Amino acid sequence: MAYSEKVVDHFNNPRNMGSFPKTDPDVGTGIVGAPECGDVMKLQIKVQNDTIVDAKFKTFGCGSAIASSSLATEWLKGKTLEEAAKIKNTDIVQELNLPPVKIHCSVLAEDAIKAALADYKKKTEGTSKTSA
Amino acid sequence: MKFPIYLDNHATTPVDRRVLDAMLPYFTEKFGNAASRNHSFGWEAEEAVENARKQIAKLIHADPKEIVFTSGATESDNLALKGVVEMYHEKGDHIITSSTEHRAVLDTAKALEAKRGVKVTYLPVDKQGLVNPDDVRNAITDKTILISIMLANNEIGTINPIKEIGKIAKEKGVLFHCDATQGVGKIPVDVQEMGIDLMSFSAHKIYGPKGVGALYVRKKAPRVRIAAQMDGGGHERGMRSGTLPVPLIVGFGKACELCEQEMAAEASRLATLRDRLYSGIVNALEDVYLNGHPTQRLPHNLNLSFAYVEGESLLMGMKEIALSSGSACTSATLEPSYVLRALGVGADLAHSSIRFGLGRFNTEEEIEYTIKRVIEVVNKLREMSPLYEMAKEGVDLKSVQWAVH
Repeated sequence: MAYSEKVVDHFNNPRNMGSFPKTDPDVGTGIVGAPECGDVMKLQIKVQNDTIVDAKFKTFGCGSAIASSSLATEWLKGKTLEEAAKIKNTDIVQELNLPPVKIHCSVLAEDAIKAALADYKKKTEGTSKTSA
Repeated sequence: MKFPIYLDNHATTPVDRRVLDAMLPYFTEKFGNAASRNHSFGWEAEEAVENARKQIAKLIHADPKEIVFTSGATESDNLALKGVVEMYHEKGDHIITSSTEHRAVLDTAKALEAKRGVKVTYLPVDKQGLVNPDDVRNAITDKTILISIMLANNEIGTINPIKEIGKIAKEKGVLFHCDATQGVGKIPVDVQEMGIDLMSFSAHKIYGPKGVGALYVRKKAPRVRIAAQMDGGGHERGMRSGTLPVPLIVGFGKACELCEQEMAAEASRLATLRDRLYSGIVNALEDVYLNGHPTQRLPHNLNLSFAYVEGESLLMGMKEIALSSGSACTSATLEPSYVLRALGVGADLAHSSIRFGLGRFNTEEEIEYTIKRVIEVVNKLREMSPLYEMAKEGVDLKSVQWAVH
């Protein structure tokens, strides 16, 4: 199967590949997928004043999965939490020109964003409760 | 060194120049129909076909009259299974095969189950991909009409104990079909010694042209009969109608002749290169697993799983090397290689597998380059892999509750 130029570019030059410490109170971590399905994505956001100031990913998966998560981190940076929640898998499909068999990669990326946002939300709620 | 490097010789092989040279006259000046009995064009074509039949028969220790030409191994497998079921249906309705057969056998068996009510036993294989001859023996009933077990597996290269299975088949009076597509021309094949009654193989795996194959059909002890699956002019002793593709058959014959002459030297050269590829990779990378049998294996096959890295991304990372993966990222089902799963390889490692298929035209330089690139790309992708990170942190990946999607 031939990959789109954008997928190849993200694969060869992944943006924001790496990790933040999971325990950092400003960091939300989403890990989705399963090794037996052939893809696992870890997406992390660093949040200050409800705005995502940085994002990082690590992905086990095919080139399209790697590209989807790499693109997601690019898009997340600078967005508010509310804006980030609006990123749809179809946006990723369109941007990367993913063929039908690779749509699940974009779904996984959307799930990873949601999971990271939820994790961050859970963390902050936890803190406000303890401080209260 | 020329790019891309071709290391997918289980899928197909290039036509050897010597094979092409033998074929060319039969496209143009020697274009006759081998079935034309009334003029020299036909006689010339027939002579060329009979010569090829001899070359092919010699490679597998058969009689030339036992070679039936087909369009390829898939057709040969279909003809063997369907032809036997149709011919011997009064004798029984049970077939024995194995879970790691090629799709051409498995899907034919499934079609026979669905359309003709045939009962099929799919024998398991051990962790290294071997069929146990005792399992074959124990599966035979008084209704069994055919055993179909492959010589060597197309993904993992494991070579089955064909001679033992052939002996059991003979002892029990059951016909034995062997899909030998990956083995013929690569390792010695002797249909007499191995007790094979029907055998499928094709030209394009042995540096011959695509579009031609053969089914060996035993003539004596026992005389095997199969029902033709195509109606027509009654070519190939009534077993396979259709005008013979003379140039392809000439190429097939020449390819077999070359294999017969060069197989021993070629197998030893490729096994040395393959072993170098293996040691070069495992000496530099941890958590690399060999799929298949360490010794009962095709000399040109290497199948490895690289933990924490997905196979398709590995291939994408070294696009200048043509390889194949057991990963299923492109398939709609997301199911990885059924062959590796049948061996008990976990789905995670099945997704991480790469098949290296060496061939006649690979050089030492290409293998050294491949070793270097595999190491680079695996290291790069492991840096990118959350699984590798977790494993390094001491997380037991098997204990994690993954959300299976």
